This record gives sequence, structure tokens and C-alpha cells, in this order.
Amino acid sequence: MDEPHSSRREFLVRSLSGVSSAWLALQWPAVLAAHEHARMAASSSSPAAFQFLSAEQAIEVDAAAAQIIPADDTPGAHEAHVVYFVDRALVTFDRDKQPNYTQGLKDLQAKVVEMFPQAGKFSALEAAQQVKVLQAIEHSEFFELLRLHTIMGFLASPEYGGNYQQIGWNLIGFENKPVYSPPFGYYDAEYDKGH
Amino acid sequence: MTKFETTTAVDFVVIGAGAAGGVVAKELSTAGFQVVVLEQGPYLRAEDFDHDELKRKWLFAPPYIGQDVLTNDHALQPNTFRKTEKEKAKIFPSVQYGRCVGGGSVHFTANFWRFHEIDFMERSRWGAVEGAGLADWPITYADLEPYYTKAEWDLGVSGLAGASPFDPPRSKPYPLPPLPVKSSGVLLDRAAQKLGLHSFPAPLAILSQPYRGRAACHHCGFCIFFGCEWGAKSSALASVIPMAEDTGRCEIRSGSYVSRISTDKRGRVDGVAYFDLQRNEQFQKAKAVVLCANGAESPRLLLLSKSNLFPDGLANSNGLVGKYLMFDTDSGATGIFEHPLNEYKSVVVSRVIHDFYDADPKRGYYGGGGIDARLGSYPIEFALFALSPDTPKWGTGFKKALRDDYNRTLMVFTHLTSLPVEANSITLDPEVKDAWGLPAMRVTYKNHPDDLKNMAFFTEKALELLEAAGAQKKWPVPPHESEVSVHLMGTCRMGNDPKTSVTNKYHRAHDVPNLFIVDGSSFVTSGRNQPTCTIQALAYRAADNIARMAKSGEIPSST
Repeated sequence: MDEPHSSRREFLVRSLSGVSSAWLALQWPAVLAAHEHARMAASSSSPAAFQFLSAEQAIEVDAAAAQIIPADDTPGAHEAHVVYFVDRALVTFDRDKQPNYTQGLKDLQAKVVEMFPQAGKFSALEAAQQVKVLQAIEHSEFFELLRLHTIMGFLASPEYGGNYQQIGWNLIGFENKPVYSPPFGYYDAEYDKGH
Repeated sequence: MTKFETTTAVDFVVIGAGAAGGVVAKELSTAGFQVVVLEQGPYLRAEDFDHDELKRKWLFAPPYIGQDVLTNDHALQPNTFRKTEKEKAKIFPSVQYGRCVGGGSVHFTANFWRFHEIDFMERSRWGAVEGAGLADWPITYADLEPYYTKAEWDLGVSGLAGASPFDPPRSKPYPLPPLPVKSSGVLLDRAAQKLGLHSFPAPLAILSQPYRGRAACHHCGFCIFFGCEWGAKSSALASVIPMAEDTGRCEIRSGSYVSRISTDKRGRVDGVAYFDLQRNEQFQKAKAVVLCANGAESPRLLLLSKSNLFPDGLANSNGLVGKYLMFDTDSGATGIFEHPLNEYKSVVVSRVIHDFYDADPKRGYYGGGGIDARLGSYPIEFALFALSPDTPKWGTGFKKALRDDYNRTLMVFTHLTSLPVEANSITLDPEVKDAWGLPAMRVTYKNHPDDLKNMAFFTEKALELLEAAGAQKKWPVPPHESEVSVHLMGTCRMGNDPKTSVTNKYHRAHDVPNLFIVDGSSFVTSGRNQPTCTIQALAYRAADNIARMAKSGEIPSST
């Protein structure tokens, strides 16, 4: 994928090339800080224009994703820019799923009109109505695909366009560091204290 | 970089640069022989490895998403699968193996269990199992012990000798101390103590300390299905392949997809045909060949290498090539604990239990296994497959489970025996072809009933361990028939009798004096589904004997 910003891996490679592990051990905190800086710079870049979805389609996908992983006291799929992940997936590794979205969004629209004739669009529905519509289609192939892409866009590397500012990783408690030191969790920390 | 001419016969062509091929290449080149290693995958380096979950292919549950970056590419190399010979096989991604220099040892968990003494003689000790071809190995644990030790010290293995009362005898301790215990390990210890079992530090082919110029583990947590960017995982890529190249007598020729092992009119191997990256056919002349392509590709290649002298495939006069395929057989249970485990950090497992390793007549069937504890999934995979079965699939409840459970979830995972059944096999599909126009691999596999009984037994053990460890909630992985495998064993079994085995105890094909086969296909029984340590010990032993035979003129060549 052609990225405007340096990926974590590229950064690591540049940091590590020609470097001994002894040097690295000494310099590690500084390397980490620089890595963090690069990562934040990467994830604050403004989202690119949509490449497959139309603006109208993107609004619908965004609204549906936001019900699959909703915002409550913490951000959800909308805040994580999942729709940008979906758009990018549909012009890269999941190119062959384009027709599923074209048709799936039409079917979603039809279901909205059937259930709430006044609203016209999924995105225009109240949250409770959106949930009802998704419940009506939750066993469809399109919903399964949308759910899969929402989860992927929420938890894949931000390099793919979603998981903005690591919102997904922050939610689950995954730190994405290249180095950790023991103790790692509650029980091994407790065990260490006892020994 | 050493380069050999294809038109001059090198001493050895090694097919496959994986766990076995890497060791054989290093040992034979160190012993003074010229070696060309043909590897179908790319030559990746530590700096090519990353933590990108979408680059990992998930084969174990639909929708099989991700990319085949380190493993065989099912778009180019389809498998067909069926449960029995009566069915027509359908295209299905059944077999997964490492497809890069270093093979599966690049992306494996690095569990590095030696076999126990019993593994080599279960037929004598247990007796026959109806519907299975349970057999003794032609070697004993004592024959292999020096090579287990050699593997541990050459590759770099961390562990604690004597920590398990079930450990087989060993001539030397591990070269490196165990990796730090994780929360999963502390909980497994706690459960084992309560239940009167014996957990011990997991033997891992991962460096706990710097070793022979390589960096120690930095605990990044991306071991299974990822390459180690620190070079701390003791893959063939990080350990023996550089040693082989340093001899100046070994060429690793990546991007070389072997299509046929060629034989002369006397039935001796004279070279290997392969496609280069541009898919042009090449032919490397060789005095002898060591086939290390893994338990699925090695038999496929032998079956592809038909000739007038070998009409049913090379080394297959008794029809056993490809038969007795043994597969991943596992079960387990998952639990949620009160406090954060943060299992995504560091190596996959830190404690193992071998109390139920041996088969026990009291259980009423043949089978045994080993147990570890792990998170078992990366973030996306966790959200898709690892949440408790009563979790909503989407919405507020789904999100809450993601938030609360990712760091508190633990799977007790059990690694089990897979009985060798003659009908389970690798054959050539009569219709489907790969991208090179060669017949696709057809997999036929159905678990022996005892394998399924064993899964059920170990699922119960996993639930008991979770209970004893204090899980707040727990649920089983229901026993399931194996359809997908990353551990591929048994398809060119070793033995003393040419009628009932494909190679002799020195890995020489009974039918072909200058062809050797060493990888998972050599296995007679499955061990407890943690094969890599034994594959590599066998490779050290095979190479030692091959070098000895070559030096004393006991390997006739074509020319």
C-alpha cells in the first residue's frame, strides 16, 4: 500500500539498520519515544478522499459501522474512521467485494424504506431504528461482511486507514509496543512479589 | 554469496529450507559438501517482519481472511480436501506450512518439546489399535538423544532441565534459562498445584538471553504466525541458515518451485527440475537429494516424480508414499479471569503440563497429550472468534466484551495424539492444478475415533484446570474433526521393513540409494502434536549419517 507516512516497520528498520542489540538496549527509551512520535504523526494525518465508496454510500457505511461498534463512554467505529478502512479495503485486498457493497447498500436502503417509509436513508434513522434495521438483516451475507470489515477496521494497524489514533487498540487494552518487560500482567506481578 | 552451476552435479540438493532442510544444509556444508537448497518461498530477513495482523492468513475458521505472506498461497497452490476416499475432494485450504527460507520455523510458536521415550515404542507397549497403523519407530529415544541435545545447543533453546518429572533423560541441560513466567503460567502453576499435577517452564526455541551473537527476546508478543524481527526466535532462518552460508559451500536458491526429482535409467537420482521465479524450468544436477519439503509437499513431490522405473511415483514401490497422514489434533477450553493477564505480551506460553502425556488404558482408548495456556489470538482474531459464546455479535454488548475481556481471557490448549490411519493421505488431485500446471495436493483426512475421545478427555482437563485456576467464567472448545493442519506428519514413514515403510532408519529411501527424506513425513507416530523439535533432531541425526555414508562412498550417484 502506498502510504503518505512512514509505517511502523519502516521506522523500525531505519532505526535498527546497522545497529547492535547492545546499543539498542541502551538507547531503547529514546528509540521508543521517537517511534511513538512517528506513530502519532502517522495517525494524525487527515483522511484521504474515498476511492470506491461515493460520499452517500460512505455515510451509510459509517452509520451502520457505528451501530456494530457504537460510541458510548468510549469512542466506537465512527470515531475510529472504520469507513476509511472499508473504502481502502475495497480498492486493495478486498477489491472483489465491491459488488457486495454496491448490492448490500441497495438492499439496506430497501429494508429501511420497508420498515420506516418516512426516513428514506439508514443514516437518517434514530439510533433505535437503526438497530432494528440491522437486527432485520443481521443474518445476511452483507451484514456479515460489514461486521467483519468493521472489526478489522477497528483493530487492524492504523496504516490501513481505520483504528484512528489506535482507538480500537486502546479500547481492548492492546499497547502495540515492540518491547515489553516483565511483569506483564496482574498474576505474574503478584507472583514476583511473593518470590 | 556462493553460487553453483545447474549443469554441474553438486554433492547434495536439499529440497526445502525449513526446520529440517536448514539443519541438513548446515550440517552437510559444514562437513565439506557442496549444497544447493531449493526453496519455493522468498528469502525474507528479520527486517521484513512486522506485527500486521492482516498479513497473517487465518485458516482455522471461516472467512479465512488475511494474506499468505509467510505460508503457502492457496490462490496459487490450491488443496482439495475430503474426509474419506469415497468422497469427491473439494477445493479447501486444508494444509498450511511455512513458505519462505526458514519454513514453518519462522512463524511457529516455538514450543520445543522433546518426544518422550514412549513415543518411539507405543505399538510394543500399547498393542495394536483397531483401524490404525500404530507402529514402533526404527529408532529409540536413546538413539535420538544426542541429536536433541545438538539441536537445542545449535539452534538456541530456553528451558529448565529436570523441571518436569516426566522429562526423558537428557545428556545436557538447556543452553538458556526459561523465559519469564507470564500470568498464564502463574495460573497454570496454581491450577496444577491444586490438582496435584506438575507444570514446568515451557521449553521454547526462543532466546531468553543473547546467544551466539543473536539478540534475546524483547517480549513483543508476535511469535505465532509472525517472523521474529529481533532474530530471537531460533528459526532455521535465524540460526542454521547463516551458518550454512558462512561455509561458502551452500547456496540458498529461493523462489525455486520444485516440480520433479529426476532419476536415471538405473533408478538413481540425477537432479531436480524446478521453476524459477519467472516460471522458467530449470534443472539442477545433483549426486544425491535430501527431500525436506514437509509432511505434505514431500509425498506430493514423490508422487509427481513418476517415471518408467517408478510408475507410481518415486520411492513408492510399496504404495505407502503419502499414507498415514497425521494432522493437528487439539482441544481446549477458554476462561475469563478477574484481573488483567496482558497475555498479548511476550512469548505465547510459559508453562506446560505433561501429566497426561502417556496413553492410559484406564481411559478406555489410545491417546495422550500435553497442555499449555495462552491467549491464543491477536486483536482482530479475538473479536471474531474468541469471545464467549453468549456474547452479542455486535452493538453495545459486543463492544463491552471487547473492552473487558481481551486482557482477561485465557485458553488452556491441549496438544494431542493423531493416530496414523492408512486411508488418511496426501495424493494428487485428478482434476485441480496449481498455478504451475502441476496436479494439486489432495488431502484425505478423518480422525480415528480414539482421537475424538481423546479430545473430549482433554477438554474436560482444560475445564478442570480453568476452574482450579479461579476462572470467573469458562467454556469448552467442543471436540471437532480436524480438517486443517499446520503439523504435517507420517506420509513417508521410516522403518526397518521395506514393505511397511518408505525410508530406512537413516532416512534413505528403500527404493532409491541416493535419495533421503527427512521432515515431518518421516514420523511413525505423531508425538503430542508438537513436532518441530523432533523434526530437527531427526535432521541432525540424518545429516550426520548421510555425511558419514558420503565420505565412505556408500551413496552411489548417477554419474
